[in-house]
Amino acid sequence: MDLILVNLIDGLVTGLLLFMLSAGLTLIFSMMGVLNFAHASFYMLGAYFAYQISLALGFWMGLLIAPLIVGVLGAGVERYGLRRVHQYGHVPELIFTFGLALLIEELVQFLWGKNQMPYDIPEVLNFTAFAIAGNSIPAYKIFMIFISVGIFIGLLYILTKTRVGMIIQAALSYPRTVEALGHNVPLVFMGVFGVGTALAGVAGVIAGPVLGTFPGMAFVLGSIVFVTIVIGGLGSLWGALVASLLIGWITTFAKSYNVRMEDVLNGIGISTPTNLDDNLFRDFWTITSPQIADILPYILMVLILIFRPYGLLGKRDA
Amino acid sequence: MKDMNAATTPALHIDGLRKSFGKTEIIRGIDLSIGRGERHAVIGPNGAGKSTLFNLITARFPATAGKVELHGQDLAGLAPYQINRMGLSRSFQITNIFSNMTVFENVRCSLLWSQGYKYSFWNLVSRSRELTEGADAILEQINLLNRRNLPAGTLSYAEQRALEIGITIAGGADVIMLDEPTAGMSHSETDYIVELIRKVTENKTLVMVEHDMGVVFGLADYISVLVYGEIIATGRPEEVRGNPKVQEAYLGAALEAEH
Amino acid sequence: MTDQLTTDPAKPAQRMRAGSMSITLMPWIIASLLLLFLPFIFQANSAITIMNQMSITIIFALAYNMLLGQGGMLSFGHAVYMGVGGFACVHIMNMDDFFANIPLPLLPVFGGLFGMGLATIVGAFSTRKAGTVFAMISLGVGELIAACSVIIVAFFGGEEGISGDRTYGMPFFGVEFLQQIEVYYLIAFWVIISAALMYLFSRTPVGRMANAVRDNPERAEFLGYSARWVRFYSFVASGFFAGVAGALFAINYEILTEENLNLVTSGQILLVTFLGGVGFFFGPILGAIVFTLVQTVLSLQTELWAFYAGVLFVATVMFFPGGLAGVLMMHVPAMRLGKAKLLVVPYIKTLLPALIGILGLSALVEMVFHFRHAATGDHEMTLFWTTFDSHTLLPWIVAVVITVAAFWLMRMNMPGMVAAWHQANTVGKDRA
Repeated sequence: MDLILVNLIDGLVTGLLLFMLSAGLTLIFSMMGVLNFAHASFYMLGAYFAYQISLALGFWMGLLIAPLIVGVLGAGVERYGLRRVHQYGHVPELIFTFGLALLIEELVQFLWGKNQMPYDIPEVLNFTAFAIAGNSIPAYKIFMIFISVGIFIGLLYILTKTRVGMIIQAALSYPRTVEALGHNVPLVFMGVFGVGTALAGVAGVIAGPVLGTFPGMAFVLGSIVFVTIVIGGLGSLWGALVASLLIGWITTFAKSYNVRMEDVLNGIGISTPTNLDDNLFRDFWTITSPQIADILPYILMVLILIFRPYGLLGKRDA
Repeated sequence: MKDMNAATTPALHIDGLRKSFGKTEIIRGIDLSIGRGERHAVIGPNGAGKSTLFNLITARFPATAGKVELHGQDLAGLAPYQINRMGLSRSFQITNIFSNMTVFENVRCSLLWSQGYKYSFWNLVSRSRELTEGADAILEQINLLNRRNLPAGTLSYAEQRALEIGITIAGGADVIMLDEPTAGMSHSETDYIVELIRKVTENKTLVMVEHDMGVVFGLADYISVLVYGEIIATGRPEEVRGNPKVQEAYLGAALEAEH
Repeated sequence: MTDQLTTDPAKPAQRMRAGSMSITLMPWIIASLLLLFLPFIFQANSAITIMNQMSITIIFALAYNMLLGQGGMLSFGHAVYMGVGGFACVHIMNMDDFFANIPLPLLPVFGGLFGMGLATIVGAFSTRKAGTVFAMISLGVGELIAACSVIIVAFFGGEEGISGDRTYGMPFFGVEFLQQIEVYYLIAFWVIISAALMYLFSRTPVGRMANAVRDNPERAEFLGYSARWVRFYSFVASGFFAGVAGALFAINYEILTEENLNLVTSGQILLVTFLGGVGFFFGPILGAIVFTLVQTVLSLQTELWAFYAGVLFVATVMFFPGGLAGVLMMHVPAMRLGKAKLLVVPYIKTLLPALIGILGLSALVEMVFHFRHAATGDHEMTLFWTTFDSHTLLPWIVAVVITVAAFWLMRMNMPGMVAAWHQANTVGKDRA
């Protein structure tokens, strides 16, 4: 029972982190109709910038400044890159962001090298918040939960309660009309892109110390983020939240409980073949859940796309 | 309603068709029968729901209620390609051609299914005399033979509209549906396209949507007037023109919309 | 060729048939002869290795372009079809009794069938939609299979992969494929066969409809074709040729690893294809040749070659979406008008400074990299046959001056080039 609680907290941290990325990505998608393949790269840039800033000014200034720089960079990418490629159609847009992801990874290696950066949890948060049956919960995890929930509430407030939020929502569905009403829609788009990438930057700043700040970090998380918003339904903010938490918990639980495929199959009445070593499917029988934890999201996505092509909460014509 | 032979099923039969988008009902109960070989125009002012009706008939949108029958067969739930194979072909209001392919290839593609090539990957299209000659014959009908090898996207607007009609009729469907074929054209271009339509729909059932009554007057055998999602009159062109309800509802709105 | 724009309406059908055969056979004959005689010109073993790699990439890129260029489907996981074809072939090589009865040149057929089999399964659900949904499924399936490679060890061999020996096959007219050159001709044979088959596929009804569905799926549906089935057939055919490429990879390298399946390989083939140009059949061939050469040459010269490849790729997407083939074909109208030679001098005047400017820029990049990452105390670096100290000011000034001057010169000559371009593409007018 206690272990379940610990896993719930761990899964929540992973899920909320995923959500900070998928929220921006899904907003950008509903706005421009294009999946930003480089989204996780902005997350990586957030971590690296924060590390660089933290060397001089400390962790908290990094948390403040790095997302701003990332957001400005993101807005620049929209203004001078995507907007140009947009005229060629969606497929070139997708290819462009893919190329950008490759380029940013190379750029990071160019500037910081291939090794992991010594970017660490700040001293103030480096203690155990509480313990559940001998499992200590670090304060930094609680801090991450608070930051992500805070950002989510802020985002929701801006989108639903403020004038800017209303303009954004309207611009998503009726860009022409909103433009005719005198609003600068390209500026709105650029702004949303900037904010979306800045959110990814925040995620990078707070995840860097725990998940490691290295050139492959975008790649590790990037694909999972796409999977998340596809499972949640492209363009759906709530879908992104549900899918993020789902994936966070599934992978956490799969890793901590060592379920063997053999036991599962025996449990549903299929008996183990006698000479397993010669069996073609021998690897299949010996699979354990921690082994496949990282590919469970992909399996989930493929299943979702087969049986519910528009995702959990997606609109039909997204 | 019309002098229809009871023994033959109409080419197209629409029964109690309704469509709502959210709370707004765009099509509010339409009954219409179009006999074989008949040229039938649906006219109405902008916003009357003409294009919606058109898209309902060709199952591009699902209907909220009612049904559409082609040669007596219900079209509900069928995919566009299945409807096409049953003998209905449509054009689009916004020019909808394969703009990266040549004019010739556009027409040739529209011949493939009807000539029985299906998903064949053992035939070379350039080796088939029927395909090449068939496509050239269509090009000759729509007067685009001299544009044969140009990319379709480089044609002038009127030429693209002509090509659109060519693609629509090429497959040999017996029910042809044209969505505002003269939209955005000058007077002389309009006359030209109308003549073209008359020529290529010889012995076929034609259903066309138009907002300008003048365009269809000499062409259509029957005219239905659609206003706010309802058909307020159907009949021979002269009858419809004389109908006071049409005068009031349609002409007034058209004048308003145009100037 | 010259009268493409205006056609004699009288006998179009005859012209079409008579013309197309004689025109289209020539490039194939030239390509075959080239493949036949290249090993006599480049005899070094390393050259043969590069040419083999190039050929395999050509097949893979052409197969990829059946989706991207011809069908409008963007795949982020196409490496798995090539990979699975290759893995299957290594397993066949290791089935002693079976392999001893089939000649090695037939092995690619098996690779193709395995690639096709996988594509049939995946295509059954992934081709329902094009665009983003297709791209995402391809990514998901690709990652899934790549991840399986470390789990299903029996088939994929885990981290170290699996290896075989091609020489255990049935001798083919006495050839046992012990030597690199014999493998070269086997691969060359398959390049011609596969390219020809893929070209012919694009001329079949389903191949033509793939183009139609790419341009306008809805319109294609109203012509009687299900967009989904058209995509499915293209996908399956592409899977076959990807599998053939995988088999040739297995024959050439005799080992396959997780690397043959992962996103890096899938991304690379996207890069190759797009660089070459997706709009023309020969684009991917060009892309494969240029990319392999650039990769081989640059990776020997600099650690940063992947960075340059990334820059090149992004620049291509932004400024030349038609790729190399697109740039080349832009010049066809001017050549038809017989005015292409007007462009030669303006091109030299603009592009030569641009090239020098780019080299200057890359020199600066290399110097920054050396400054930041070289071992402490190692201040000496060699660039463009010049050795200097990267911690002194002079080399930096020289590089900056050369770069700025070159780009300035390029800008000055740019209007001249644009003017020449317009002149070369205008009908009539006197030659300047």
